[in-house]
Amino acid sequence: MDLENCRGIMVYCEIDVCGIIDNSLELIGHANTLKEKMEHYPEVTAVIIGSDVGSLITVAARHGADRVIMMDNPRYRVYRPDLYSDALAAAAEKYRPEILLVGASLSGEEIGPTVAMKLHTGMAAHCVELKIRDDGQFVQVVPAFGGKVLGDILCPGFRPQMASMKAGMVSKRIFEGKVAEIESFDPDVRGFGDRLQVIETIPETRKRVSLSNAELVVTGGFGIGTQEGWDKLEHMAELLHGVSTCTRPALDAGWTDKEETMVGTSGVAIKPKVYLGFGVSGAAHHTCGIKGAGLIISVNRDANAPIFEVSDFKVVSDWEAIVNAITARLEATSAVCPDPDRA
Amino acid sequence: MALTIAVCIKPVPDSEYYNKITIDPVTKRLNRDGIPTVINSMDKNAIEAALRLREKHGGRVLAFSMAPDTAIENLKRVLAMGVDEAYLCSDRVLGGADTWATSYTLYKAIEKTGPVDLVIMGNQTEDGGTAQVPSQLGEWMGVPHLANVIALDYEDGGMVVKTKADRGTIRYSLKLPAVLAVTRDCNEPRIPSVMDILKVGKKPMRILRAQDLDLNPDFIGIKGSPTQAGEIYSPDMSRKSEALVGDPDEIALRILDELRKAGISIG
Ligand SMILES: Cc1cc2nc3c(=O)[nH]c(=O)nc-3n(C[C@H](O)[C@H](O)[C@H](O)COP(=O)(O)OP(=O)(O)OC[C@H]3O[C@@H](n4cnc5c(N)ncnc54)[C@H](O)[C@@H]3O)c2cc1C
Ligand SMILES: Nc1ncnc2c1ncn2[C@@H]1O[C@H](COP(=O)(O)O)[C@@H](O)[C@H]1O
Repeated sequence: MDLENCRGIMVYCEIDVCGIIDNSLELIGHANTLKEKMEHYPEVTAVIIGSDVGSLITVAARHGADRVIMMDNPRYRVYRPDLYSDALAAAAEKYRPEILLVGASLSGEEIGPTVAMKLHTGMAAHCVELKIRDDGQFVQVVPAFGGKVLGDILCPGFRPQMASMKAGMVSKRIFEGKVAEIESFDPDVRGFGDRLQVIETIPETRKRVSLSNAELVVTGGFGIGTQEGWDKLEHMAELLHGVSTCTRPALDAGWTDKEETMVGTSGVAIKPKVYLGFGVSGAAHHTCGIKGAGLIISVNRDANAPIFEVSDFKVVSDWEAIVNAITARLEATSAVCPDPDRA
Repeated sequence: MALTIAVCIKPVPDSEYYNKITIDPVTKRLNRDGIPTVINSMDKNAIEAALRLREKHGGRVLAFSMAPDTAIENLKRVLAMGVDEAYLCSDRVLGGADTWATSYTLYKAIEKTGPVDLVIMGNQTEDGGTAQVPSQLGEWMGVPHLANVIALDYEDGGMVVKTKADRGTIRYSLKLPAVLAVTRDCNEPRIPSVMDILKVGKKPMRILRAQDLDLNPDFIGIKGSPTQAGEIYSPDMSRKSEALVGDPDEIALRILDELRKAGISIG
């Protein structure tokens, strides 16, 4: 798309059984921050694609959408990347945003680059920061080498400037009482027709761990070593009312099946008050997901572990000795004072 | 039906060494001296998936890469794994390509060597990790494409594919040709034997220069890339790294104390 008559920021709203996902709502909020630095204070447009999704309009508005484009049609009842990409591309062509943001979820990663191709524009993936420079240029900061290096990406000659961002990188904003302008848009999109068919969608039944509000996160790395060790760590995390999370090797080892709790470039970014890590080496792939933590405490038996450089407090020790000691303390307290109010 | 399958391979710096990558403070250039270049790990899953289809249904597997001439070494490894032919698109004018220009060049290279029934790629590279090239190649080819593939098979003239979704899995059927991007969950890539390595010399391997490919000069390299790379920097994430010492019980008390100070309520 060329540069003529482009205006505002468009955010693709991804939806699941619970409504618009946090990742998208965060981006709507962030678009409001970006627009304050843009000329003429343009509008933030949310695009909702789905079937029977009218109730989501108020959610998008409350999180900062000035305008909502409703693409409500039974053909979108089941997610199909080709149909959704065609729909989003059609919306971008019609409403011509300067910037188009997509969550870097699994489906966002399918739809985003496809739309960028359809519109002949550039896209920066997995941005860790999005900002408007003083000269008005939109700057997309992307990680390379697992976050060890960051680079600015610009897309001056094409529109919309597209970017994806992972959940948890920016925060949601609430705009109480905000009312959005609503437009219905129902272009005739066909995707790849019968060359691509959904046989079945198998939903996950397990309840997911939510990390967005976790104040204390206890992370176990490959250094935990065994399933028994892992269970011990999780027990301590429970006593602390913390949420346990993992590194990729710990997940691969099968000690936990909660893949949504993997922290890092291919997992989630977290912003707890405290990150407490055990047996984590501190690879850039992992640490780029914890830089938002208020306090970082790590335990590793290797005094040269890179995790220590990015920690506020370091403990050079076998993890188990420390976990045992914390657990013993906590169990002693709860045994003496079973009523937490008097503890 | 025997299948002609293309796999796309990117040589990347070995991720084991990422902590050693630095930026020269003066030249602002990336310093990755001494870091070995390996085949992107999910691309090995792509190769494995293609080889298994060939073993079951017959056909040929062709590898494509866009990289400097040094990537010949990586392509030898690809041939050793069992791939039949390898093509390297290497030319100065192709350098600096973003995903848009990369997918265009791969598209033209695949087109040049003749029609394929299926393209299998890695879902994501380790160095840049955009996860964009597969969908964009699919769009260039104008054929159905899916990412996050965790299982695939060829049945009744089409592909049956399982992908990982944000909350669950999806099963699709696709008509060929198609482009699929596979993840680590798809399979366990094979490791070539000495015998396999000895066979490499007999297999066709070709370097394709820009002039061999009928390229639109506006679509390649830096010029053809809608995105431009700006400054690079290393994020400074260092913190005070104060040691907590003592016996485990003393350390436990210090940790609990720091948690309380940070506003965590404990039992
Ligand atoms: C493309 C790509 C994406 C990736 N994405 C992610 C991601 O999102 N998240 C992620 O976490 N990783 C990711 N990784 C993997 C990442 O590069 C590292 O391999 C990983 O973070 C290391 O995990 P770890 O620290 O648990 O394990 P290791 O690196 O094996 O470290 C284990 C640590 O435990 C210590 N230890 C061992 N025994 C003990 C003991 N008894 N007591 C105390 N300490 C002990 C060791 O000293 C060591 O430092 C990715 C890799 C690639 C290539
Ligand atoms: N330069 C390249 N040459 C060959 N294949 C590539 C290249 N870049 C990306 N790919 C393919 O596209 C996949 C995803 O790459 P990316 O979009 O860069 O994360 C890789 O796993 C490869 O299969």
